[in-house]
Amino acid sequence: MTGIVDYNAGNIKSVERALAAIGAEYRISKDPRDLAGTERIIFPGVGEAKFAMNELKKTGFDSFLRDWAHSGKPMLGVCLGSQVIFEHSEEGDTTCLGLIPGVVRRFPADFPARGLKIPHMGWNDVHAKNGGTALLRGIPDGTNFYFVHSYYVDPADPTVVTATADYGFPVPCAVKRGNIEAFQFHPEKSGTNGLRILANFTGVSLPAGMQGGASC
Amino acid sequence: MLKKRIIVCLDVKDGRTTKGVKFLDNVDIGDPVVMAAEYYAQGVDELVFYDIMASTRDRGPTLDLIGRVAEKVFIPFCVGGGISTVEDIKNTILAGAEKVSLNSPAVRNPDLIGEGAAIFGAQCIVLGMDAKRDPAMKSGYRVFINGGRVATELDALEWAIRAERLGAGEIVLNSIDADGTRDGYEIPLTRMISEHVGVPVIASGGAGTPEHMARVLDEGKADAALIASMVHSGEYTIGSIKAELSKLGVPVRP
Repeated sequence: MTGIVDYNAGNIKSVERALAAIGAEYRISKDPRDLAGTERIIFPGVGEAKFAMNELKKTGFDSFLRDWAHSGKPMLGVCLGSQVIFEHSEEGDTTCLGLIPGVVRRFPADFPARGLKIPHMGWNDVHAKNGGTALLRGIPDGTNFYFVHSYYVDPADPTVVTATADYGFPVPCAVKRGNIEAFQFHPEKSGTNGLRILANFTGVSLPAGMQGGASC
Repeated sequence: MLKKRIIVCLDVKDGRTTKGVKFLDNVDIGDPVVMAAEYYAQGVDELVFYDIMASTRDRGPTLDLIGRVAEKVFIPFCVGGGISTVEDIKNTILAGAEKVSLNSPAVRNPDLIGEGAAIFGAQCIVLGMDAKRDPAMKSGYRVFINGGRVATELDALEWAIRAERLGAGEIVLNSIDADGTRDGYEIPLTRMISEHVGVPVIASGGAGTPEHMARVLDEGKADAALIASMVHSGEYTIGSIKAELSKLGVPVRP
């Protein structure tokens, strides 16, 4: 059973629909107590860091996630969920969960003048670093995933970065530290290869015929 | 590197996909859910649904359509048409859309852009803009609303810059002059807007061939190209377009 953390931060339903499509059992809840007994959790989210942290505090998910990090059970952060697991975000000068040492920075202000729009929005090829991650199993290096973000993670320990995507510099887009993994891109919106990541995480096999969204 | 996106637009009216020329003479061309699933299977990068009658009706059927698309299509999609309150934005996102496109309502109430961005982030708020050549305007282009029927006093460039400041995370720029002609995108307009804003610009209106798309993505500096007739007519598939673009040196997702 996979728990989905629902804390009013954007389109949590996309993750839910993706899990339903691949046949993974899940439980989605706004109440941490409902998710305590699950084997693994997905911590999604889109939107603004300060808003998200406030919602996490309101719902009690902030302390739930800190406890979860120590439990050793798998946790997958996605997009904003990959950012607020760090210590601090420049977005709204927000103190975050601090599950992984490091900060979240905005893309440099001179990016647009260099032809690099902010947000970094669209499909970009992802390349494994530091041995990669088991969650990308079955997916060729250089596969494109869907990104949309204006801030990026800057871990204190660069060896936690398991993949990067080039946008002005090699942007860390996957991190792993102990039982915590996180992706800046959206597996739930990246076609078949994204669904494959979610299948790898939840331990189901991707249903036959679930193709589409191009193969790479 | 970041790829140039190929986006298919489905104009929806009464639950069916339609296509018109210069915003007129809409004809029924199919079920939007079936069409979305087909373009997804072909490898489209993103979809836009534009409910061309939504402002005059209740939004329930549109929300239902969004839900049915979201169950089948695991790529981002944007919904526009008649979204005029924060509540509309919220309902559309929660129904399964990644982004909402604000067009006429953003002109009437510019604060809507910022209010939406404050809750869901700028990346969810797309400014939809219909522009038409007009030498009387400073940039040479005037903004129109209500599906291109009503002229405003807004200059296209000024409005794009202002919308970005207000919190729009992306701009879908539609040329009324080029829309439906299949003679090519309005390159000078697209380039001008794209060079003056820091957010991605999606070029819309006029696509007839992959060469047109390559031109607006290169010379026009667009980040994405929106198409409709090219694939709705069956003349091209997403795969054939991407193969052609690749040959022309445009970075696309295979």
